[in-house]
Amino acid sequence: MIYKVISKREFKAFIDALVKNNSSFGPRKVDTGSNGKPIYQFMPVKSADEIEFDYTVSHLSAKRFFLPYHDELSHFNFSDGNWEQEIRYEAPPIILIGLRPCDINAVNILDDVMLHGAYPSPYYLARRKNTFIIGMDHLPLPDCFCHSMNRHTVNHGFNLFCSDIGDSYYLSINSSKAFSFLKEFRIEEPTYEDNCCLIERRKNIKNSFETKIEVSGLPCFLDIEFDSPIWQKWGDKCLSCGTCAMVCPTCYCYSVEERFDIDLKGSTRQNHLYSCNLVDFAQVTGGHNFRPKNGDRLKYRYYHHYRGFAANDNQQICVGCNRCGRACLADINPKDVINDLRLERESCMICVSQSPDKT
Amino acid sequence: MNHLGFEMEKVKIGSFDFTCCEGCQLQLANKEFTLPDFLALLDIRNFREISSERLDDYDIALVEGSITRPDEIERIKAIRAQAKVLVAFGTCACFGGVNSLKNRIPQEEAVREVYDGKAIETRPSMKISDIVQVDLSIPGCPVSKDEVERIIIGIVTRSQVSLPTYPVCVDCKQQLNTCLFDLGEICLGPITRAGCNAVCTTGKTACLGCRGPAEELNMPAYLELIKERGLSLEDLHEKLAFYNAFEPLATDET
Repeated sequence: MIYKVISKREFKAFIDALVKNNSSFGPRKVDTGSNGKPIYQFMPVKSADEIEFDYTVSHLSAKRFFLPYHDELSHFNFSDGNWEQEIRYEAPPIILIGLRPCDINAVNILDDVMLHGAYPSPYYLARRKNTFIIGMDHLPLPDCFCHSMNRHTVNHGFNLFCSDIGDSYYLSINSSKAFSFLKEFRIEEPTYEDNCCLIERRKNIKNSFETKIEVSGLPCFLDIEFDSPIWQKWGDKCLSCGTCAMVCPTCYCYSVEERFDIDLKGSTRQNHLYSCNLVDFAQVTGGHNFRPKNGDRLKYRYYHHYRGFAANDNQQICVGCNRCGRACLADINPKDVINDLRLERESCMICVSQSPDKT
Repeated sequence: MNHLGFEMEKVKIGSFDFTCCEGCQLQLANKEFTLPDFLALLDIRNFREISSERLDDYDIALVEGSITRPDEIERIKAIRAQAKVLVAFGTCACFGGVNSLKNRIPQEEAVREVYDGKAIETRPSMKISDIVQVDLSIPGCPVSKDEVERIIIGIVTRSQVSLPTYPVCVDCKQQLNTCLFDLGEICLGPITRAGCNAVCTTGKTACLGCRGPAEELNMPAYLELIKERGLSLEDLHEKLAFYNAFEPLATDET
């Protein structure tokens, strides 16, 4: 990693040059909510003026740039009673601007799942390799809990990371590409003051978290609480609408669908991002549904996120961005569900069962 | 036609309209760039909008519209007797549709308002399955041509034909839309069957549920969110009743 400092003005000129010459996406204000607050999304940008550098959070994560909601895996051509499969891993290069540390951590988790497992995904790899990521730090929102998940800082998985130290950005340059892009622009060696500012900034961010969730020991709690009544309690609220998974930066579950071309001379195999909360997620041939109840489906989403599945090395895949909690119409959010779970367990341990006495 | 050793036949199809705007049938002739290939899958035996030929040897009947006249009851029974597969085609056929708005007022009043008192034989709007057995429903106002193509291909190739079971929210998020509830509106997206690509909400218009209820929907939770957000139950009731697709739920729960 190489560290430099760039004035905000020069940085804007750098971004402007970058986005004018590349297919780029950055935070833009798309709406104003009924609460008067702006709503941001990562959208195409053609100049630095279009980018809201001081945005709060994007409504949807940046996941779709790596795992599109609909992805063509292959095309089959039928001819003379035979068929040929055509597969393409093409991904045009793009630039993503303004990802938060939790967002970049989410991409790193997806790397583990998509690239480091038994069956690496060439589709994912093509997109990941061709995406230039510029991260930016921010002061947490009242409901951000990435600090609890230890995802509030990031030290890899990006090309360039910018920490706001007042009139300048403190740059962490993590790729030769980023370094050579910056050659044309005025960047300085960090001074002693700059370093102090960076430490202050980090301290400030760390101390600004208002939402804390105790996640240590959670995998064990979840194992023990598999049959807890809280799953039905929260499940009864769940609309099974899949919004949580659609906005989540790490939900990667999908379904595969094959479709004929309209002329029946070929077909496509498509990957659709799905959600374990959708009613037929665990439905199999013959119409049998292994998780017909809302509570069971909700439980599995929490297990995947906070206990971890073998497919992702049993690691917790939640990064604490709370996009799911914000987007959920039924007001189901990780903080309340997890606190509910632990509360039940801990009160039970205190009030009902005692440790066996030494005899 | 031969596909990987399987013989495939064109489907003998009839398209029929009852009380409706005929917009769904028109969708059959829409999406021009795939139209020749689409029509190549069909052997059209009876379809007033595109051919004057009237043959009665169809296997699949696409039935558009709701039933609002006594003579329509006889006609739908005759179509049922002929068709091997009867498809309720579009929201009016599946649920009664917009026509059902008149079910809320005395029929004489409706006739007076629309026909200026001219003697018209009419009755409250009914969905097709109120009269005859329906084998397959393709909801939508209008139907999505993409979905119709997919289902016709499924029938021709004898592969599975199904509709999405989940709500419009999935499609809507994938279109990167701002949730209309965040803009202070009531939207039926969370309880309506997906498959429309969220066209209405993408155009910032609330979903009115033309595709009917999603499967296993959680109506109490939905009503709770309307109340929690202090939204108008009257507005909700109006939206639920718009296509008649949620009527039984609305009377049960509100």
